[in-house]
Amino acid sequence: MGVEVVVDGLTKSFGKQTIWRDVTLTLPPGEVSVMLGPSGTGKSVFLKSLVGLLKPERGRITINGTDLVRCSEHKLYEIRKLFGVLFQDGALFGSMNLFDNVAFPLREHTRKTEAEVRRIVLEKMEMVGLVGAEKKLPGEISGGMRKRAGLARALVLDPEIILCDEPDSGLDPVRTAYLSQLLIDLNSQIDATILIVTHNITVARTVPDNLGMLFRRELVMFGPREVLLTSDEPVVEQFLNGRRLGPIGMSEEKDQATMAAELAHKEAGHSDGSPDADVRGVVPQLEPTPGLPPRGAVRRRKDRVMSIIHTLPPDAQQGIIASLTPDEQRHYQVSAGVGPDTATVPDTTRHTPSPWPRQGGVL
Amino acid sequence: MSSPTTFPGAGALRETGRMFALGVDVTRNAFRRPFQLREFIQQCWFVVSVTVLPTALVSIPFGAVIALQIGSLTRQIGAQSFTGAASVLAIIQQASPIVTALLIAGAGGSAICADLGSRKIREEIDAMEVLGVSPVQRLVVPRVLAAMLVSVLLNGMVSVVGVMGGYFFNVILQDGTPGAYLASFSALAQLPDLWISEIKALIFGFIAGIVAAYRGLNPAGGPKGVGDAVNQAVVITFLLLFFVNFVLTTIYLQVVPAKGS
Repeated sequence: MGVEVVVDGLTKSFGKQTIWRDVTLTLPPGEVSVMLGPSGTGKSVFLKSLVGLLKPERGRITINGTDLVRCSEHKLYEIRKLFGVLFQDGALFGSMNLFDNVAFPLREHTRKTEAEVRRIVLEKMEMVGLVGAEKKLPGEISGGMRKRAGLARALVLDPEIILCDEPDSGLDPVRTAYLSQLLIDLNSQIDATILIVTHNITVARTVPDNLGMLFRRELVMFGPREVLLTSDEPVVEQFLNGRRLGPIGMSEEKDQATMAAELAHKEAGHSDGSPDADVRGVVPQLEPTPGLPPRGAVRRRKDRVMSIIHTLPPDAQQGIIASLTPDEQRHYQVSAGVGPDTATVPDTTRHTPSPWPRQGGVL
Repeated sequence: MSSPTTFPGAGALRETGRMFALGVDVTRNAFRRPFQLREFIQQCWFVVSVTVLPTALVSIPFGAVIALQIGSLTRQIGAQSFTGAASVLAIIQQASPIVTALLIAGAGGSAICADLGSRKIREEIDAMEVLGVSPVQRLVVPRVLAAMLVSVLLNGMVSVVGVMGGYFFNVILQDGTPGAYLASFSALAQLPDLWISEIKALIFGFIAGIVAAYRGLNPAGGPKGVGDAVNQAVVITFLLLFFVNFVLTTIYLQVVPAKGS
C-alpha cells in the first residue's frame, strides 16, 4: 500500500514574497487527492516541496517517519525512490530517446538485465499508449506525448507516491479522460498514494477521493471530495463554475471596485462566463476499468469518512450518504435525507459561510 | 530556518560559499562509484571538439608574438643566442596555461554551462534528482574531470604549437639561426617549468568546470537566465584563472630556483 504523507504547518516564501503559509494536510495512504488552485498560487511549488526540491522555511513533511524538510541529503535520495513524479512538461532527458528515458531509473537503481528492462519499459510504454515511439527523441514529439512518456518514466519503479503536476495541461479532453482513467487504474493495481495538481474541473470532480484548494497564499480547504464539491465558500464556488464573478481576479486578487463593476455588468445582463447550471455537487467518481481489482482506497476512505462524518458540513454529509448503497447505509447506520447525528450538529455550522476552513489535519 | 541575513556583499559571499560547496561536492563525488565512464568519455570528446581548433589557431600567433617580441629584445641587448631559450620559457610557463585557460573557459566552460543551464530550465535536473540520481555525480563530475583532462592535454598542444610558431617566425621573419634557437632550448627552461605548466592547466580546468557547472545549475530563470549565466560563468572564470595564475606563479618562482642559480 502507498505511504502516508503528513504535511504540517508548511510555509514557503521566495525572498519577501510568501507563496503559501501554514499548509497542513494529510494525504491518506493509497488514496487519490487533487490540489486545485488558480494559476500562480504555488501549486507546483507545493509539489516540488513534497519531493524536497525546494526547502520550505517552516513546517514538516513526514513520510515514513522522516522529515523531508530537515533530513540529510543521503536520506532524501533514499526517500525519493518512493516517488514517481510527472513534471509539467514531462521533463524528459533531451539527449536520450524515449526508451532510454523510461529505462533510465531502472538502469540507475536496479540490477535488472537488459531483457528485463526492455520488457518493463515496453509494458509501461504500452500503458501510456506510446508503442512504436521508443526511438524518438523528446524534441521530435508533441507535448502530450512527452507528458505520457514522463508518466511512463515516473511509473517504471512502481512508486508508492505518485505526484502529477498538471497532467491535463496541453492535453485534449479525450486524452485527459484517458489519463484520468489510467491514474485510477494504477491506483487500483498498485495502491499508490496519488496527488494531482491541476486546475481542470473535470479531473477534480471525477478523479479524487480527496480535494484541496490553494488560494491567496493559504490552503482554503482540504478534505473528502464531497466537502469541496458542495462547498459554499465563494472562491470554491467561483473556481468550480469557472466564472469571473467572485474573489479570483485576472491578477490573483480582485479589489472591491472591480468586484462591484462586475456585479453591475452581471445584473445588466452581461454573461460572467459561467455555465448555465451550477456544476457543484457530488458526481460519481471514476472507477477502475472492468476486470481490474477494486480500489482498496475506496473502502478505507469510506470507513474513514464515515467515522468523521458528523464533523462535516451538512451538504457534504448528504452527498456522502447519497453515494452509499442501501446496504452500506445500513452498515453505517445512516439514511438518505437524515445524517447520522444531524440533530447534534451545532447550528452554527449550517450558517457560517466557511465551516471547513483549512482543517486538513485530521483527514 | 530563518530568513538569510543581509549586509552589503552578503549575496556575493553566499554565492562564493555555494560555489565552493559545489567544488567540495564534486571532489567527494568523484570518488563515489559507479563512475560515469561513458559520460566522461563523451564529455571529453565534446570539450575537445569545441576547443581544439580555436586553441591551435590562437596558439600559433601567440607563440609568434612572444618569439618576435623576445627576438627583437634579445637583438637589442645582443643576446640573440638566447632567443629560443627565452621564448620557450615564456611559452611553456606562462603563455600556454593562459591560452588553455582562456579556451577552456571561453569555449569549453561556456558550452558546459549552457548545456546544464538548459537542462535545468527544462526541469531535467529536477527530474533526475527526483529519480534518486544525483546530478552532481551523474553530470557535473564527468564534465569537471573532462575539463581537467582536456585542459592538461591542450596545454601540451599549445606548448608544442606555440614553440613551433615561435620557431617559424623567429627563423623566417627575423632571420634567427635555426641551430641556435634549438640549441638554447634547455638553456633557461627546466623540467619543473613543464610540471608547473601542467599543474596550472589541471587547476584551471577544475576551476573552469566548477564555475561553469555552478552557474549552469543556478540560472536566473528562463532562457534569458541561461544566457546570462553563460556570460557570467566565462567572466568569473577569467577573473579567477588570472588570479590563480598569479598566485601559482608567485609560489613557483619562490619555491623552485631558476636554472643555474
